Amino acid sequence: MNAAGSNLNRPGPPLWLLAELTYKCPLHCVYCSNPVDYTRYGEELSTEDWLRVLREGRALGATQLGFSGGEPLMRADLEILIAEARRLGYYSNLITSGIGLNEKRIAAFKEGGLDHIQLSFQDSTRELNDFLGSTRTFDLKMKVASLIKQYDYPMVLNVVLHRQNIDHVGQLLEMAEQLGAEYVELANTQYYGWALLNRDHLLPSREQLERAERLTNEFRARVGDRMKIYFVVPDYYATRPKACMNGWGSVFLTITADGLALPCHEARMLPGLTFPNVREAGMEWIWYDSPGFNRFRGDSWMREPCRSCPEKTKDFGGCRCQAYLLTGDAANADPVCDLSPDHGVVQRVVALAQHPDAPIAAAVQPLVFRDDRNSRRLSEV
Amino acid sequence: MAELSAASVPRLRRHFRLQWEEAQQAFVLLYPEGMVKLSGSAGEIMKRMDGKISVDGIVANLEGAFPGADLRNDVLEFFEVARERGWIEFE
Repeated sequence: MNAAGSNLNRPGPPLWLLAELTYKCPLHCVYCSNPVDYTRYGEELSTEDWLRVLREGRALGATQLGFSGGEPLMRADLEILIAEARRLGYYSNLITSGIGLNEKRIAAFKEGGLDHIQLSFQDSTRELNDFLGSTRTFDLKMKVASLIKQYDYPMVLNVVLHRQNIDHVGQLLEMAEQLGAEYVELANTQYYGWALLNRDHLLPSREQLERAERLTNEFRARVGDRMKIYFVVPDYYATRPKACMNGWGSVFLTITADGLALPCHEARMLPGLTFPNVREAGMEWIWYDSPGFNRFRGDSWMREPCRSCPEKTKDFGGCRCQAYLLTGDAANADPVCDLSPDHGVVQRVVALAQHPDAPIAAAVQPLVFRDDRNSRRLSEV
Repeated sequence: MAELSAASVPRLRRHFRLQWEEAQQAFVLLYPEGMVKLSGSAGEIMKRMDGKISVDGIVANLEGAFPGADLRNDVLEFFEVARERGWIEFE
């Protein structure tokens, strides 16, 4: 690299590339993080487009690659992309509901060099699993779990937690143990997209949360090193914001189904920002030079209380999308922070969630399932 | 799990991959949804692991590459830490 091109403030490489291959999904989860107006977005990238994205991303220094969606198995060219990812030297992760994964495909993935499969469950019971995703998938998922073992993949289970299933944490962990899981992610819902729409049905009470954490810790003590269990707390219960994406444009690069390049998978809904499309721009310009990726890099965009806060290098002011969704301005402090003047917004929502037996929103609006019909309705608003 | 000794043969745990990263000018260890960037000396040690060579062999190899250095304790210490973090196992 020549001296003229070097810059002390130049960010590091995009180590994590997330390929949201499609917005199509056989499930209709009420907490889906996809945009609620996903039906508005244009044509999916072609195989050629994705191969170029993978090559350019790797040349920039990306090492971890996530195939996600929607349901990435809906893409018939996934085998081609996996083989190219391995050839390029990515560590590739398939993030899936498991629906559409049969023995023929998993054998091809193994042959192509896929490194890891993360399988999601909605719940430990068939009834609630199938209700939350609004599809009959529980038995299929159990079959997929045994295929994952059979093909010598590490068993990584992911369950999104919320007030409807968090009381089943004990059973969920037992199910994971029976399936031979090596990693379990118990990830409390983050409130974006469909999850934000359904937040009043999903945010657990403090009592539910504390019980789930206690059961998780007891389970950890019992299984020791055999299983690694991540428990992600809902940030609404924190007093400091999460270090979202490890900082804007610092490590993560998401490419959406229709080719938009984003610093996180939610950022396309931020108003006033334009993000580049990989159909029109190269990945190097996108990462280092595009205005969208530079908008919230560093700390010059910060206002008080972040600007003078000693913790700004730790949490980067939290999540820009959450700041926008809850305060109306993406440049504000994430209101999860109790130093934010808008923290009351979060406190009010949390206060309402303290009644597990009386769903607060029952009278307001029923659960909205993520499907094309609802998406089209929400796109018109 | 076997005790660490000079005759132990270290190898990467299943599902871990070690590779040189040009963009980072470092060896990295990749695993499900994660990455560790290795220091220069950690990279020098780990790149010599092939599932056959013993700790002793690695020390001899390193002392050949870096003459005059007494590396045995550093290497043993590194392997202890690497095992604690779940990166490697011993035969």
